[in-house]
Amino acid sequence: MELLVALSVGVLTACGAYLVLRARTFPVVLGLTFLSYAVNLFLFAMGRLVVGRPPVIAAGAAGYADPVPQALVLTAIVISFAMTAFVIVLALKARAELGNDHVDGTHEP
Amino acid sequence: MSHWAIMPVLLPWLAGILLLLVGRNRLGWQRGASVVATLVQLGLALALAAEVGDGDILVYALGEWPAPFGIVLVADRLAAWMLVVTALLALFALLYAIRGDDAAGPHFHILFQLQLFGLNGAFLTGDLFNLFVFFEILLIASYGLLLHGGGRKRTRAGLHFVVVNLVGSSLFLFAVGTLYGVLGTLNMADLAAKVAAAPAESAPLVRVAGLLLFAVFALKAALLPFYLWLPAAYGHASAPVAALFAIMTKVGAYSILRVYPLMFGPDAGGSARLIEPWLLPLALATLTVGALGALASVRLRQQVAYLVVASVGSLLAGFGLGSAEGVAAGLYYLPHSTFAAAALFLLADVIARRRGALDDRLDPGPAVAPAGVLGGLFFIAAVAVAGLPPLSGFLGKFLTLRAALGHPLLPWIMATVLAAGLFGLIALARAGSLLFFRPLASRADVGTERPPAVAEEALPVIGLLLLVLMLTLWAGPLADAAREIADQVLEPSHYLRAVLEPGGRP
Repeated sequence: MELLVALSVGVLTACGAYLVLRARTFPVVLGLTFLSYAVNLFLFAMGRLVVGRPPVIAAGAAGYADPVPQALVLTAIVISFAMTAFVIVLALKARAELGNDHVDGTHEP
Repeated sequence: MSHWAIMPVLLPWLAGILLLLVGRNRLGWQRGASVVATLVQLGLALALAAEVGDGDILVYALGEWPAPFGIVLVADRLAAWMLVVTALLALFALLYAIRGDDAAGPHFHILFQLQLFGLNGAFLTGDLFNLFVFFEILLIASYGLLLHGGGRKRTRAGLHFVVVNLVGSSLFLFAVGTLYGVLGTLNMADLAAKVAAAPAESAPLVRVAGLLLFAVFALKAALLPFYLWLPAAYGHASAPVAALFAIMTKVGAYSILRVYPLMFGPDAGGSARLIEPWLLPLALATLTVGALGALASVRLRQQVAYLVVASVGSLLAGFGLGSAEGVAAGLYYLPHSTFAAAALFLLADVIARRRGALDDRLDPGPAVAPAGVLGGLFFIAAVAVAGLPPLSGFLGKFLTLRAALGHPLLPWIMATVLAAGLFGLIALARAGSLLFFRPLASRADVGTERPPAVAEEALPVIGLLLLVLMLTLWAGPLADAAREIADQVLEPSHYLRAVLEPGGRP
């Protein structure tokens, strides 16, 4: 399971980094989304991967899942969700005002 | 438990919400409320500075959850210093904005207060994840403020600024996640203790996280090679916003000063002195690039933005020396560079308004009326920014160079600081002579609409320059205060004890 999660984080980050470096705003937005998915998964896994354990105190529990990363990831999801919405609107505004979807607004398609 | 420490965070937040309720159509009320809220913040910041002036560290545990389980706000001398600088800067930026720039969009004052909320929170928090959250708050507000007023160039600069900072936020989360995964805590004081006690096999991971964090702070501080976003963003923002943004790079510098002596200081075992090999050379390189950029600029606002980059270099060169003298010099230079850059941003706007279609381009144009007042103010601001005697910019650079006397890189530091000062001086002299000394009567066709009275526009600029003058006149006590801050920052045991053993002190 660790290998699978680690690979997912790695692949998502690599895709995100590649897309962020593209020249059009839509791939850049997608890249930012991939990066935020990767970071959310990464944060979640930082509490160690356990299956079927309660996060808060329960009678007769054999062990606990760490609740702190879950709280952190919740915050990170909210922020990245809001920022994705914002950057999409900004990209649309740039497309409308600059006449094309190049990140520098200069090149003709 | 004293509630003083949370007030500078709560107040702008409540003010922002209140302004939202006042509604966009009552601009007069918004202006009044915003100015009052900023004035109260200044009072609070000064009161807090007086409270922690004798070396006490106020720790506010939110919800009375003791550290490291809950989030704490920590007010020490450094935090209070930053709060006072922010409140003073915000006041004058706001006074400039209420002349009419705030009417260009509906939510200026709300975003302005929320930006202060994020800034104050970032200075006060004692928790690394909480620092991330406050960074996000101040960034979200700054995105809105940067785009305030609209326009094609502003949109393009805004897009770059937002994307770069979002990538930075992702890196911040990776760093925080790694630190939590290895050490199991996010409280900065607790992290410091755990980093020092970390077993040797986890030290490489801690170092990776620490350097990743440094990259994020370098991005916020506009340190080379991450400064490229700054000239476009600051050069295209509206004047009061650019003036307020003068503190934004200092947030990155503050974070470096807060996190590294505390968590990666000399006692941190395998991760000791983590960024020491990097900070000083990068700061000197940033200083050089900023000065060269100022020389090459074709627009006045762009030139001021590059001078901000150069000032970040000077500031972090002081911090990078690592000694108490160096940090104190940097801390004395910090308010100076903030106020001087803000004054120059505001002045650039006042001048650009009077040049019609030429705007702030550094081309010969018609005389800027009234040349006496504006030229004089430009001269004083240029002297301050370039670091010439007698103003505090010179004193700040002098303190930095004096602190560097025993440093092995002394020739490099001397050469870079002095050469960059010369370049800045040449750049500003060229700009000043183009704007004021060589008016072209034949370009009178550019046609200016009648500009508003200059007194009203120049007052905030004069206010900021008076602050610079006060920094000069009271240089002795203020440099002593900076030295006390530096001593407190470089001796983290008080901070650790105050946060981790509340009640352990009388």
